[in-house]
Amino acid sequence: MTDATRTPSSAAQGVTQLDVHDRPQKNRALRRFMRHRLAILAVIVLAVIAATSILAPVFAPYPYDKIDLAATAQPPSVAHLFGTDRVGRDILTRTLYGGQVSLLVGMGATAIATLIGTVIGALSGYYRGWVDTVLMRITDTVMTFPSIVIMLTLAALLPRSVWNIVLIIGLLSWPGVARLVRAQFMSLRESEFVMAARCLGVPDRRIIVVHIFPNVLAPMIALITFSVGGAILTEAGLSFLGLGVAPPTPSWGNMLEAARNLDILKNLTWTWFPPAAMTVLTVLCVNFVGDGIRDAIDPRLVL
Amino acid sequence: MLKYLVRRILISAPVLLMITIIIFGLTEIAPGDVVDYFRSPDLEMTAEAEAALRTRFGLDQPAAVRYFKWLGNVARGDFGYRFTDGEPVAVVIGRRLNASLLLMGTALAIGVLVGVPLGVFIGQRQYSFWDFSLTGFSFLGISTPSFVTGIVALLVFAINLRWFPAGGMRPVDSEATLGSTIHHLLLPSIVLSLNFIATFMRYTRFSMLEVVRLDYVNTARAKGLSPTAVTWRHIVPNAILPVITVIGLSVPTLVVGAVFTETIFSWPGMGSLYLDAVRGRDVPLLMGMNLVIALFVLGANILTDVAYAVVDPRIRYD
Repeated sequence: MTDATRTPSSAAQGVTQLDVHDRPQKNRALRRFMRHRLAILAVIVLAVIAATSILAPVFAPYPYDKIDLAATAQPPSVAHLFGTDRVGRDILTRTLYGGQVSLLVGMGATAIATLIGTVIGALSGYYRGWVDTVLMRITDTVMTFPSIVIMLTLAALLPRSVWNIVLIIGLLSWPGVARLVRAQFMSLRESEFVMAARCLGVPDRRIIVVHIFPNVLAPMIALITFSVGGAILTEAGLSFLGLGVAPPTPSWGNMLEAARNLDILKNLTWTWFPPAAMTVLTVLCVNFVGDGIRDAIDPRLVL
Repeated sequence: MLKYLVRRILISAPVLLMITIIIFGLTEIAPGDVVDYFRSPDLEMTAEAEAALRTRFGLDQPAAVRYFKWLGNVARGDFGYRFTDGEPVAVVIGRRLNASLLLMGTALAIGVLVGVPLGVFIGQRQYSFWDFSLTGFSFLGISTPSFVTGIVALLVFAINLRWFPAGGMRPVDSEATLGSTIHHLLLPSIVLSLNFIATFMRYTRFSMLEVVRLDYVNTARAKGLSPTAVTWRHIVPNAILPVITVIGLSVPTLVVGAVFTETIFSWPGMGSLYLDAVRGRDVPLLMGMNLVIALFVLGANILTDVAYAVVDPRIRYD
């Protein structure tokens, strides 16, 4: 875009324009290449993380809840590559299994949020009027009230299970999707192909689902990707506070909870470092993929 | 403007009320109540003792009666007393809110003062070395949760290097002074500000890139204005608008948003208080805190609108 503004002025400057003009062009190509490679690299890393987590029962050297009082708080060794925690559970095993929880929560919560957000956004963008007013007021309330507050409340009141966490995060993460879908529906409902369908007497429900919805999918993909990352972070956060997935089921968040103890934080670094690193790595990769997708589809979209 | 503000507040009142009803409803529907807090693991509580506790807290009355009683009391400025230790809710919240606002306010200020100028800086140098490195940093900042940054910072700077105290708000053995408070405040607020810096920088950068290519900017340049004047007088005031919304949306998180950092650094703020309240099923405290949070949400929205009108003279609320 900078070229667009720069070209006319630099053309007028004659010879010097070559250096001025060339640099951003080269850099942009470099950037595109980098971006692309980063996103692809991120996809590969995510695939590896997903595969090792799903296949944890195959790869993991020990059962995830096996307590070995003869080998407590062991630093990394050949028998325990990542060491063991205070009750002798293998950290590598628990980190692998913890990935299952993160993937499940990330995907599950996003699926719920996408479903709710799409329905609300579609109804409000297609019908406008009072439906829109009511639904958007609700959406704005959910969006501006800090969701962490409601999540803490629900997580503390409901029994601690992976599915409850999926539900809690999903039920509170839909406003972004709803607003995006609404904006798309509002512009698409005025387009000629929708007019044509309406003239042919196609019922509203069919116009929404078959005619408009497929066109909304592309801009939604990037947002959905980012929300997977957000859900993984939220689960880790709730579990870190002792409100998420209950032990002995390992999750990266509840493994990190141990680090709230200063002694463990300082002296048993290996017990909390792998889940911390995996959380950051996974979310970073998810965000890179989301960014790559957004650039590929519509670079003007801010998320 | 005044008329707009009044209307805005009137519209928001039902939303506020809805929020208190939802929170009250949640504590009602979920199994268990504050009696569980007083239950000891090795002593069986008699049915009479349980009933006596419930009567003492007014839990023997129907939920609707209790809700309206609470509402009536709040309207008179009485937030009631904590179930768990009998302290007046308004006093606890007042004390904790101060600590929270100090921590989060500092973090938000650092976030705005560092994030926005950095965004302006790289927004003018798209695809440069600085753009790559700072965009990379902001990716890392957005992907790293504050509890990971928090425990790493605590380990490195407080435990190993001993540059900062490992937690709390004041020294254990002496009175709090301005210096000691800043010393305690620095590490947790920097940890919290990283997320803000990353977010604000990203939005500012993007917004700058949008505005830089508009015609009026070319006009300003063509007039022969200095690059500094073009940037700060012409580009930034317009580019800052969407960033104001993002900053405004962060304000409500000032109240409970620091829950992770407060837990890690034992900061006596609202976040850790909220955790105690939900764990102890302390309904009066929970309701009071949610009311405060809702008021912050409302206030932040209105402030955002006002800030918009101040920065952009085209916007008038009538």
